[in-house]
Amino acid sequence: MSKNKKVLLELNNLCKHYPIRKGLLSKIAGYVYAVDGVSFSIYEGETLGLVGESGCGKSTVGRTILRLLDPTAGEILWRGERIDELSRAEMRPFRKEIQAVFQDPYSSLNPRMRAADIVSEPLRNFENLTQAEGRERVKELFALVGLRPDQMLRYPHEFSGGQRQRLGIARALSVKPKLIMCDEPVSALDVSVQAQVINLLGDLQKEFGVSYLFIAHDLAVVKHISHRIAVMYLGRVVELAETAELFACPSHPYTEALLSAVPIPDPTRQRQQIVLGGDVPSPINRPSGCHFHTRCIYAQERCKREEPTLEEVSPGHFVACHFKLNT
Amino acid sequence: MSQSTGKSILEVKDLRTYFYTRDGVVRSVDGVSFSISEGETLAIVGESGCGKSVTSLSLLRLIPSPPGKIVSGSILFHGKDLLSLSDEEMRDIRGDKISMIFQEPMTSLNPVLTIGRQISEVLELHRHCTKDEARTRILELLKLVNISEPERRIDEYPHQLSGGMRQRIMIAMALACDPEILIADEPTTALDVTIQAQILNLMRELRDRTRAAIILITHDLGVVAEMAQRVVVMYAGRKVEEASVFDLFAKPMHPYTLGLLNSMPRLDDASTKRLVEIPGMVPSMKTEIIGCAFAPRCSVASEKCTQESPVLKNHGNGHWVSCWHPISAAGVMHE
Amino acid sequence: MINNNAMGAVSEPVQISKVRLFLSVQLPAMYKRYPFAVIGAATLLLMTFIAIFAPFLGTIDPQSVAPLNRLKPPSWANWFGTDALGRDVYSRVMYGARVSLVVGIAVALLSTVIGLSIGLVTGFIRWLDAIVMRIMDGLMSIPSILLAIALMALTKASIENVIIAITLAEVPRVVRLVRSLVLGLREQPYVEAAAASGTPLLKTLVRHILPNIAAPLLVQATYICASAMITEAILSFIGAGTPPNIPSWGNIMAESRSLFQIAGYLILFPSIFLSATVLAVNYLGDGLRDALDPRLSRRM
Repeated sequence: MSKNKKVLLELNNLCKHYPIRKGLLSKIAGYVYAVDGVSFSIYEGETLGLVGESGCGKSTVGRTILRLLDPTAGEILWRGERIDELSRAEMRPFRKEIQAVFQDPYSSLNPRMRAADIVSEPLRNFENLTQAEGRERVKELFALVGLRPDQMLRYPHEFSGGQRQRLGIARALSVKPKLIMCDEPVSALDVSVQAQVINLLGDLQKEFGVSYLFIAHDLAVVKHISHRIAVMYLGRVVELAETAELFACPSHPYTEALLSAVPIPDPTRQRQQIVLGGDVPSPINRPSGCHFHTRCIYAQERCKREEPTLEEVSPGHFVACHFKLNT
Repeated sequence: MSQSTGKSILEVKDLRTYFYTRDGVVRSVDGVSFSISEGETLAIVGESGCGKSVTSLSLLRLIPSPPGKIVSGSILFHGKDLLSLSDEEMRDIRGDKISMIFQEPMTSLNPVLTIGRQISEVLELHRHCTKDEARTRILELLKLVNISEPERRIDEYPHQLSGGMRQRIMIAMALACDPEILIADEPTTALDVTIQAQILNLMRELRDRTRAAIILITHDLGVVAEMAQRVVVMYAGRKVEEASVFDLFAKPMHPYTLGLLNSMPRLDDASTKRLVEIPGMVPSMKTEIIGCAFAPRCSVASEKCTQESPVLKNHGNGHWVSCWHPISAAGVMHE
Repeated sequence: MINNNAMGAVSEPVQISKVRLFLSVQLPAMYKRYPFAVIGAATLLLMTFIAIFAPFLGTIDPQSVAPLNRLKPPSWANWFGTDALGRDVYSRVMYGARVSLVVGIAVALLSTVIGLSIGLVTGFIRWLDAIVMRIMDGLMSIPSILLAIALMALTKASIENVIIAITLAEVPRVVRLVRSLVLGLREQPYVEAAAASGTPLLKTLVRHILPNIAAPLLVQATYICASAMITEAILSFIGAGTPPNIPSWGNIMAESRSLFQIAGYLILFPSIFLSATVLAVNYLGDGLRDALDPRLSRRM
């Protein structure tokens, strides 16, 4: 399916390490390996879901793609061009094509700016519109996300959480980007409002063909909206597959455990739950070899020594494990 | 699943907790009644602002006053009204007969005291233990909640532990005096999914062992399905539905409950069609709501719903609904 | 014009002049909510009025000497009495308002502008931050009064130099405030969102950072104003401030230092005015701080 589509974004071995400085002279005492060798591609018109628990690095990947952070190593290619080493000024034109929707609807909008100004900020950065043209465009955008034009002059605190998130989406859409990085866009919203925003994102994709990098920890939401899903653990991608395939035959032990841990709203289902022992290790002192071996119920000697690489086990399905399941 | 003996130990009758703010009176809990029996797990489910947390704080009289006040109602614990007790008598009950665990384990634990010190505080207060007796009991408790190397942990500080471990400590503290009722306010919301599974598993084990009744406050219907025997659904400070967990999921009768179930994306659902939305948003609690609070968003609302507040009616088998037009067809429908 | 103000009152949907609206609806509402701030603002307005219209308030030349009339207690001829040189104390106190207000406001403005500039720069350029903050820490470790005295010792006495000296002493505090605000704001998601929207750094500063530090800065400025007025009075009192010929509340008290046991009114009136003004400014600052606090303080 994805073979005939154009590649928009390509990540090759992306790394982001934060140095930890200690002592009077700020010597480097270690690194936080937030992202450690992530590679995947995003195609036109698709949604790639990026899931994992806290500390897995998914938000860092999103921020690095947007160049809000500078990568330590690796390549980011946008439509074939490298953007990982561009300066802030050189990066500007690309921002028309890659936009973002952030997690917290309460702090991702400037509390002292009016809604119309917030939504039109990317527009004003790139196009020279007259006041009237600008107002028209904002009206269109408001309508697209289900807000009324009489709300254009209001301040963020006068909107609800769901409405603010719509403002964030309108802002991202204003310059007609090709890819929108959504960093936990519905996590801070109530359940009844989540559905509204998820539906909105789906509708917009159908209408404009925009791609999403959908970063979230809620597997059910990611399953609903994504075409393909990448599972991350401690800075690495451990499994990448089309959505249906991932849920039907998870091949990485972590994916399997993750899926079985999600509570299902059906009291009649008796599930065999795999309850992982221990806690998520720190991204500073990572376990040797396969980072997951300390909690993996299938771990063997080899897992402690050798780091597995991402291999294709069936078309479009990649797993980083020495003893892949269900294959 | 632990079976309840059916003897009701806590009865909440028409509880009303209001907050008096500059911008108006917020009726956080507006006439809520329920009861819980020995060994039972009751879940109180709702979205943010529905009053579930305020309800649980009201049970232990932990409402900051001002601006809050338990305006009316009664909370009968073994027949005695908790609202009529003195502060000292109430303190005796908290932590001993009824205890609570909170959502954010980091801010609920004192960062400058060791784990051992914090748990022993509970024991010294209610059981009047000596230091050695307390230490033995604490080690027991830590083992009970599956904390590895308890001898080491007893002298560590909260920041040295992970989120999952801190929540276990909170559970240990709550269970220290063998309470009859454990109130768990969003105990796993701040935790990762795999850690949540661990904690929920632990809570189920402990429930079987200690036969404590649990009041579980949450917004996650998946957690409700895994843990609860009975469910109370709250909306805008009022109880809209109460049923056994099986009845609630199989035959939801209140439009809000049905809406919630339909609007959630589910792992066990193969379809990727559009989710069924509940239009609009939760009403502001600052103005008094006339009629049914859910009417503005309800697809089956009528004139009567906007004028008269619906009354709770028993539809058989302990299934209570507060609605003028409850849904009678079975099952959950997709668009 | 429908006006839903904070108290929920809705005014008539008729054209009403803005002034009438302010006086009849908004001012009483503000008074109900922040009584002290309104009193403070009113007092400050009164002092400003006195300062500007001093010549018309029944005063005579504050410097005119009348040795035959010296050390007379308050009377109908001299409302606040006369000092050791026979000068009318009432006139001197009225004209003295000018000095205090000019110094207070000038120092507040200057230190805010300078502190803002430095703070913005240090908040964004890391290596500069290290150097500048060490200097600021050094300056702050010297009590501001001593610093002002030291600076005044280097130059001749004049109001301009007093202003400069006190400003220099107050700038480090502003820098510290601005820097911490900027550092905090830089991490805010909406600033990140601006970067993601392609907003250049300078525009980010103006559009996103400045409006959000304006409120705390304004509150700080009022406190600096109050502090500067007192510092000026102290400097004048010890003879290191305003030149003795210009009447300032501190100067008036300084000249009468040795006489206050026999002519207490000489110290009483200037100190009442000084205290009232400083108190008014402080109340205003407190009120502004409460009013400008984001809606968080009002939300449940």
